[in-house]
Amino acid sequence: MRIAVQQEPFDPAAELRDFGAGDTGAIVTFVGVVRDNEVGDLETMEIEHYPGMTEAALAGIAEEAERRWSLGDVMVIHRYGGLKTGERIMMVATAARHRKAAFEAAEYLMDYLKSRAPFWKKEITRSGAEWVAAKADDEAALDRW
Amino acid sequence: MDVLYFAWVRERIGLPRETVETSAVTVNDLVDELRAREERYAAAFADLGALRVAIDQELADFDARLAGAREVAFFPPMTGG
Repeated sequence: MRIAVQQEPFDPAAELRDFGAGDTGAIVTFVGVVRDNEVGDLETMEIEHYPGMTEAALAGIAEEAERRWSLGDVMVIHRYGGLKTGERIMMVATAARHRKAAFEAAEYLMDYLKSRAPFWKKEITRSGAEWVAAKADDEAALDRW
Repeated sequence: MDVLYFAWVRERIGLPRETVETSAVTVNDLVDELRAREERYAAAFADLGALRVAIDQELADFDARLAGAREVAFFPPMTGG
């Protein structure tokens, strides 16, 4: 298992080089990217987190995914600080014997880290700054697990 | 105990953390004490439905007891991913 909370950029290809070595038949990865807002004037996406709790929460979510889908390996990388449009903000990777488990576990990780890992996003635009509100859909997404 | 604030809660109160002397039994009691301090606290804690709380870095409920807690954090619903 690899959990990383960092300010620096990451290289998905390098991260995956030795990921899932062993008894693996499927690797699923998801990479989240900072997208522009509806108006098209996003200058910076500022990401705040709760050092200590963040790492513990991500490890807890990853351990649960590992247990439920008997994963061979799991990785969560999430950045904080000021990011620009197009920058890679986070990634998850899951390794399993079969693709169904790898896909499901990756979705589970994404659903949980959206509303149970202590990160907060703030959009800084030409016209001001605003905290991104949590979506009811994201909370509802947890019910299916 | 240490009380931490994140995101707009931190901005509204105007500091990221402080040490609080309290005899509050539950999180709700602590919130009542903080609200009574100053307008900026009352404003930050006006709607508890818009807030989440963690005790010693684990999510908790507002009626949770504080016995033995070293760190309590208040923040809005999380927006990771």
